[in-house]
Amino acid sequence: MTTSPHISVQNLNVHIENQHILKDISINIPNKKVTSIIGPSGCGKTTLLKSFNRLLDNTANVKITGKVLVDGENIYDPDVEVTHIRKKMGLLSQRPYPLPMSIYDNVAYGPRIHGTTKRADLDGIVEQQLRATGLWNEVKDRLNASATRLSIGQQQRLCLARGLAVEPEIILGDESTSALDPVSTAIIEDLFISLKQKYSIVLVTHILRQARRVSDYIIFVYMGKIIEFGPTEELLLNPKGELTKEYVKGFIS
Amino acid sequence: MLVFTMASVSLIAIIGIGLFYRSIPILHQSSWHDLLTKSVWKPLKGLFGFYPFIMGTLWVTGIAIIIALPLCVLTAFYLVEYAHPKVKRVLIPFVNLLSGIPPVIFGVWGVLFIVPFIQSSIAPHFVDFSTGYSVLAGGIVLAVMIFPLIVSILNEVLTTIPQELKDASLALGATKWETIKKVIIRKAAPGIIAATVLAISRAFGETIAVLMVCGNNAIVPHSVFDPGYPLPALIANNYGEMLSIPMYDSALMFAALLLFIIILLFNIVSRIILTRLERKLTT
Amino acid sequence: MIKRKLEELFFKILMILATIVVVGSFFLIVGTIFYKGIPFMNLDMITKTPGGGFYIGKEGGVLNAIIGSLYIAGGATVLGLIISIPVAIYINLYIKGRKITSALIRMAFDVLFGIPSIVYGAFGFLIMVYFGIRASLLGGIIAVTLLVIPILVRTLDEVIRTVPGELRDAALSLGATRWEMAKVVLKQIRPGIYTAILLSFGRGIGDVASVLFTAGFSDNIPTSLHEPAATLPLAIFFQLGSPVEEVQGRAYASALILTLLVLVITVLSEVMIKKFSKHKI
Repeated sequence: MTTSPHISVQNLNVHIENQHILKDISINIPNKKVTSIIGPSGCGKTTLLKSFNRLLDNTANVKITGKVLVDGENIYDPDVEVTHIRKKMGLLSQRPYPLPMSIYDNVAYGPRIHGTTKRADLDGIVEQQLRATGLWNEVKDRLNASATRLSIGQQQRLCLARGLAVEPEIILGDESTSALDPVSTAIIEDLFISLKQKYSIVLVTHILRQARRVSDYIIFVYMGKIIEFGPTEELLLNPKGELTKEYVKGFIS
Repeated sequence: MLVFTMASVSLIAIIGIGLFYRSIPILHQSSWHDLLTKSVWKPLKGLFGFYPFIMGTLWVTGIAIIIALPLCVLTAFYLVEYAHPKVKRVLIPFVNLLSGIPPVIFGVWGVLFIVPFIQSSIAPHFVDFSTGYSVLAGGIVLAVMIFPLIVSILNEVLTTIPQELKDASLALGATKWETIKKVIIRKAAPGIIAATVLAISRAFGETIAVLMVCGNNAIVPHSVFDPGYPLPALIANNYGEMLSIPMYDSALMFAALLLFIIILLFNIVSRIILTRLERKLTT
Repeated sequence: MIKRKLEELFFKILMILATIVVVGSFFLIVGTIFYKGIPFMNLDMITKTPGGGFYIGKEGGVLNAIIGSLYIAGGATVLGLIISIPVAIYINLYIKGRKITSALIRMAFDVLFGIPSIVYGAFGFLIMVYFGIRASLLGGIIAVTLLVIPILVRTLDEVIRTVPGELRDAALSLGATRWEMAKVVLKQIRPGIYTAILLSFGRGIGDVASVLFTAGFSDNIPTSLHEPAATLPLAIFFQLGSPVEEVQGRAYASALILTLLVLVITVLSEVMIKKFSKHKI
């Protein structure tokens, strides 16, 4: 890789309820590219993703050792301000979770918390992000309606707009299209492709076709370890490891 | 089996009808409006104005809710959102044990501790004289009695809020408290309301503990240090004379009927809210 | 940022204080009762009946009230069980398909659960007057039975619901009648039944308003259903109002006895609930 990594994981070990979930993970996430994490269910993909924005902290009985450097800063350093880290990362989860408020307030939630209070500024941010996710025209007349009235596909795009509104540098997606219909899925996938010009994107997915379509790089995780990492086409068409070969052929999981 | 079930369910109607039936004599004598708004209570003369008792009930219940609600909401949030699970597991049983303590024990505690406390430490700051037997005492004792009810309902409501929703807020860089303030409270609002309504209905009906500390003076309270005479206390204190004075038993049955109707309504409303909330959160 | 952190700290402190108050109130109450009651506690309290009248007599104990309360709580629990077990079984196992019926019935019992004991007392009194029963052990049992039926039904209902449907289906597919299947379920939930009994008993012992009109009061241990019966809560209440200091002291000691009794029952039932859910599938 020619550009410096955005996220650099060094010897990350995660234990949950005394089970060794992530085993000595070391990986560099490329800057302003889409990286997909693939692997069979339960192998630690989501855990790895959640370790990036420290949402793992909230899990019961969790022990984390190692370093995760974002822009050179170890986010697990005890002096670090967690909310600052999380602001750098936008998270899109598997099912959309709109906050119990209006569409407008959902997008404005993050900026409001971080200090933006002027109505004009907020209006601008809301419109900008809703346009970026292709929602603007669909909702501009009902910004004050409750966000729960939107369809699932729209809700997921709303969550994306909400995440972008805090101006993150990195977008994390946790199987973020698995609850959506094909049309909404395609919209979100296209969004990821266009967003990588501004953000580094890390996606967890179990749909190989999606990984191929959307990402520049792929990480293959199996049983808590990184088995292989490389450019998409190379890993999918010419896997080096045996395990990778089997998974990519669809044998595992 | 069917018979037993039907009989039990219709008990609600039977109680209502029975109380109403025995209240008819007094309803013949005075209108609903008169009974509820007049203040004169002279049974020997046949004058029954329930207003002071209704006000007494409202004052005591109001004070209890004002004290209990904030305390319990704060406690529930702490136990569910901040406390270490082991801490929560240890503390919650003690809150539950409170619900097992018989009301008369609360009354004894009220007489031994709360009343003197009010008389010597709180009242002197505000009024010239108070025996301590007041609606404030009744309110404090009632508040402690409804602690377990509110805390347990809120605990259930808060634990069913999905972690992913809280994660969504945290992922945007919000602190835990901001998440509580802006997201969790909104989601839990119906549950908080339902718990309040249920707590109110429980407080309305509590008899013995309040009776022992509220002074039993049939006046309309004008300050928290005034004595009061809630409806249940009225019924409990006078059942002895009930049969010897004409109309008295009908009046007391009317009081019981009033209580019954109000509590019934509150109960149904809060159950509806809770079932709707449960359905929304689990689908 | 600092403002946000300070705000969180402020409310966190508030929350901890609130928790201390709420949890601490339990200890405050029990502590007060112990503190006041232990000086007056002696063996006489639980073995003798009051000498010289409960209100002014200086000697004796509250055996009359203890036995009276036990009789009433016990009788009410037994009667209550007879009625509520069939009801709980009916709601859960006999109603086919139509969920609305059982939901409505459950709601009815929730409502009954919320009716204050004074209303049950007043209603019990009405029944007594109607049938010509005097204030007596029987009257008290009737009123308290009404009071505990919703408690029993609710507890039994919750417990029966934890029995997986497959168990019922298994029994039925072996050719059992509905009643035989019900018996199987009942055996399965036996600890749950014990819990229900404990809860109902605890409520029945401690409640005042329901026995106020209906059980009467006396210095003696009732020997028949038609005699008035003393109850612990009422004994405490009356003794507290006495001008005689020794009698007041008796009130504190009686309060101590009642509190201990109820605490033991409550703790037992919590332990039962825990043990029961451990074996749940």
